[in-house]
Order: sequence, then C-alpha cells, then structure tokens
Amino acid sequence: MITLKNINKTYNNGSPLHVLKGIDLIIEKGEFVSIMGASGSGKSTLLNILGILDNYDDGEYYLNKVLIKNLTETQSAVYRNKMIGFVFQSFNLISFKNALENVALPLYYQNISRKKRNLIAMEYLDKLGLKDWAQHMPNEMSGGQKQRVAIARALVAKPQVILADEPTGALDSKTSVEVMEILKEVNADGMTMIIVTHDPEVSRKTRKIIHIKDGVIGNITNND
Amino acid sequence: MFDIWQEIFSTIKKNKLRTFLTGFAMAWGIFILIILLGSGNGLKNGSIQSYGSSQKNIMYLWPGRTSIPYKGFQKGRRIKFEDDEESYLKRRFGEIDVFASVIEKYSMVISYGQEYSTVTVSGTQPSYAFINNLEVKANNGRFLNEMDLLEKRKVIVIHRKLSDLLFKANNPIGEYVVVNKIAYKVVGVYDDDNTNDTPPVYIPYTTAKVIFDPTAGSSELVFTLDGITTEQQGEDFESSVRNAEAEKHTFDPTDRRGVYVWNMLADYLQTLNVFGAINSFIWVIGIGTLIAGIVGVSNIMLITVKERTKEFGIRKALGASPFSILKLIVLEALLVTGFFGYIGMVAGVGITELLAKILENSTPEGEMSVFSNPTVDLPIVISATLVLVIAGILAGYFPARKAVKIKPIEALRYE
Repeated sequence: MITLKNINKTYNNGSPLHVLKGIDLIIEKGEFVSIMGASGSGKSTLLNILGILDNYDDGEYYLNKVLIKNLTETQSAVYRNKMIGFVFQSFNLISFKNALENVALPLYYQNISRKKRNLIAMEYLDKLGLKDWAQHMPNEMSGGQKQRVAIARALVAKPQVILADEPTGALDSKTSVEVMEILKEVNADGMTMIIVTHDPEVSRKTRKIIHIKDGVIGNITNND
Repeated sequence: MFDIWQEIFSTIKKNKLRTFLTGFAMAWGIFILIILLGSGNGLKNGSIQSYGSSQKNIMYLWPGRTSIPYKGFQKGRRIKFEDDEESYLKRRFGEIDVFASVIEKYSMVISYGQEYSTVTVSGTQPSYAFINNLEVKANNGRFLNEMDLLEKRKVIVIHRKLSDLLFKANNPIGEYVVVNKIAYKVVGVYDDDNTNDTPPVYIPYTTAKVIFDPTAGSSELVFTLDGITTEQQGEDFESSVRNAEAEKHTFDPTDRRGVYVWNMLADYLQTLNVFGAINSFIWVIGIGTLIAGIVGVSNIMLITVKERTKEFGIRKALGASPFSILKLIVLEALLVTGFFGYIGMVAGVGITELLAKILENSTPEGEMSVFSNPTVDLPIVISATLVLVIAGILAGYFPARKAVKIKPIEALRYE
C-alpha cells in the first residue's frame, strides 16, 4: 500500500536541517500502525510527506502503486482528496459550517451534487453516532464529538489510508479511549490506519509501532 | 456552479458586519462617482448652452474688393465666390470638416396673411444647421435637405420667434409665406442660441441663386475645422486659406481686402480649455474615488484571507485545488462589490435624475443656467457596471493569490 524508499528531507530555514535521513518503510493494506518519536524526531515531517502536504528531496514514495513525486499543487490536491483522510489533533473543522457540511466538504471537491453528498455525509455521521448532531456547529460540540465528526470527514471520500496526527492529543483520557476504539473499528473494516503520536497509551492500541529517532527508523515492534 | 455560490453565501452570512462595511465602501465610491459624472455633465451641458456655437472651430470667408493692382488687374475688382469653392478648398485643406455656402439677402419682407416682418433670407445647405447649432425640435418639421437643393424647391425654415409672430399659436408647418412676391412652403421651425431679435430664415442655396441673381456668387462661405488647437496653427491656417483664395482669384496674397477671413479660434480654444479642464477634473476625482473603493475592498479581503488561513489550509488538505480557492475569493469579492456597487449606482442615478427634475422646474424658460441636466447617460452607466466588475475581480485577485500560496501544513499549524 505504502512504500517509502530512502526518503530524505532537509529544511532550509537559515541553517539546513536534515530532518529525514533515508527512511525506508513499507506499510501493507489494512495495517494499523503508529509512528512514535520524540518531538523533533521527524515524525510530523514524515506524516506530512505521507499526506502529500509536503515535498521530499530524495527517494521514492509510492501510494497504492502511484509514485508521489514532484506533483503540481492541483495534482496533489486531487490525490489528497481521493486517497487520504486526515484526522488532526485540533480537529480542524470549519467553524462556520455545521457537522454535516464539514463531513460533506471532501465530496464537494469531487463535484458531487449537494443532495447526494449530504446523503453520504449523513450516513457516515450516523455510523459514528452523530446523526442527531448533524445540524450543530462545531462550537456546540464536545471535543470527542468534534473528533468523531473529523473522523467521519476523513472517511467520507473512501480514501486508501487514514493519517491521524495525535488524534487524542486534545481529549481527556476517557474520550481518548472512545476515539481509539472508533479508529480500531474503522481499521477492522479494512481501512489502513497510520497514527502519529508520542503517547504510549495510544500506540499500545495499534498493532505495529514504528519508532523514529533523529530522522531514521529505529526498531519496529508488533503488539500482538 | 450553484454550489460555489452557496459556499460564498455561508461565509458572507458568517461575517455580516465585515461584508456590510466592505460593501458600503464600494457603494459609496460608486455613488460619488455617479454624482461626480452627473455634475460634470451638468456643468458641461450648462456651458454648451451658454457657449453656443463657439464649441466648434468655425471659419468664415466673405468676398471683398481688391485694393492692390495685381498681374495687370486694376484695384477695386470685385471677387466672386464660385460654386466650386467647396471642392477647391476641401481638396487643399484636410482640416475642413463641414462646409456650407450661403447667399444672403438683407431686409426682405416676409408675410403671412396680415402679419409681416423684415428678415435676412439665407440660401444655404443642410450642413449649415450643424455648423450654427440650428435645432429643429420634434414636431417642428425639418431643416433643409438635399432634395430641396436638387429640385430647387421653394421651401423655407423659419425661427421660432418669427413663427410666433406670423402664425401666433397655429402650426406653421405646410403653410405658405410670401417673400418678395414668391410663396415658400414652411417645412420647419428652428431654435438656436441666437439672441438676435430678427433671426434669418433659410431657403435652399440653389433656390436662392435662381431667384436672387444666378450670376452672383456666394456671399459667405462657412466651415468647421478639425485639428487646429493652437493660436499659431490658427494664424498659419488663415494665411494658407488667404493664399489659396488669392491664387484662385488672382489677387495679391498680401491684399487683406480681396477675401475677408474670420475665425472663431479664440472662443473655440477657450471652450476647449474649459471642457478639457472639466473632463480631467472629473476623471481624476472619479478614478481616485474608485481606486480608494477598490483598495478598501482589497484590503478587507486581505484581512479576510489572513483570518481564514486555517480554513483554506483545511480545504486544501481535504483536496481543494488552488484554482477553487482562487475562485472562491474572487467570486466573493465580485459578489460584494457587484451587489453593493449596484446599489450605489442606482442611488447615484436616482439622485442625479431627481436633481435634474428640480433644476428643470426651477429654471425659467429660455434662461441660461451654468448647470443643466446633471444626469449620466446609458453608456456611462454601462461602463460603470463594467468598472464594477473589473474592480471586484481586482479587489479579490490579489488577496486570493495570497490565499492560494498558503501551504496547508503551515496553515494547519496556524492558531
């Protein structure tokens, strides 16, 4: 599903900062993986590259057998839309849109009619138990609810992979457990799931932990 | 297409006050522009009325008698304007625009029934009406036309004052008046800016020639000039015309009495300057106002983009193409400028029309006013609409370009 070959990334802000120093990684379809590392280890950069939010300097990144390299803004927008679902620590819902509209947004960029995309979005909200909250604005919802809306939004375009960046970082421990359960269920339905975290509680719930340190992959542990 | 409007409406609804303030700036800009253009037009219309025919550069030629012997001719020889003067002068001088020859007879008695008056009869061509700003208003018949000249018709165009004198309140069109024992059919009543008590009557040039004296030439040549805008050019042109006439009629070019030349250049230049000043004044102020409006909208859109950095980042992460972001902002700017600009335009047109009504009612008939009919016409309204659209696109484009450059990672980190 995901193949990284010798990925290198250097930031040139003042003095060059070599963040990723040759990452080789293969993630199969349906895996439930967490990427762990201290801050500054390069895990966020790796996630951005996986999510086609950032470019890399050297190496090759294949997503579902497609080489993701040197894409134009427009091309990467299309790939992000069709292949990747994002879940962020700070939810990143659009504040002036209600839950339903937020979930339907990726479909808007696929030029699906309003009626149809609202229907699909409602289906996903229902799956996450938020049917009654469809017309609520983000600021009327709790953190856990917001994250569930964000998960619904990540799923709605039927992507190849879900990338979650500290999905429980802004939630209390009880809600964290709930959200992790949801992600686990989504994975059980066959969705490839990659979670970036520094929280051992979270990574323990995934099936494979990839440790990253100083821009290189360290040991990989299996949880089963 | 409908969807993107819904997207835009939802952001506008979210930011009602900001949208209103932006829009108000735009509406105000356009409102002031329309008022200015209207006032400028009013000033212009007023000046046209008071300047009258001096808005054209007109040159007159009259035949005289030579005062210097030349090439064997005695002095005191009478110069005669032939019928080929027009083609001769036009061939020589590209500056000549509209040309008319005139045969004038002074102190002719014109009568209708028991009423009579003494007038100057001018035999002339249809172009004369344009040169001297003679206006035949609706329902007042017509001026002379080419058929009148071709058939040497006995038709006559009289001034409103004469019409009032001879016909009182009756309609003169189609009636016959008698001049020197010959009956002429009245085909038109003209108005002009002439304050003369006994304005001339007009008959076809060819008719006048046949009736008055077939062997006498024109008593006056009159034409408008194009492209002469300085005093020096005027003087040079005048002497060229004098030389050309001297050559044609074989008299000494230095003889000032062979042909009299007079030209309204000084008046014309003054008028030109006044209109030029009015026009540039309006344009400078108008464009300034508009730019202020555009910059205002653009500025607020720029702040909007900054505020919405995170939103655009989210949209991009979810698969919004750069073009769709650009479209979103430009269309929003276009909608706001277009809608409010239109309101401003309608208000401006309404006010100018109202002012025109009030002015029209308060100015007594026949009296001059510096300010007249201060309204804008359709082409200006259409171009103002066009300007609105362009302003909207401009106001949106620069902020939009900034939004497009937002990198999703940076935007998502932005709190």
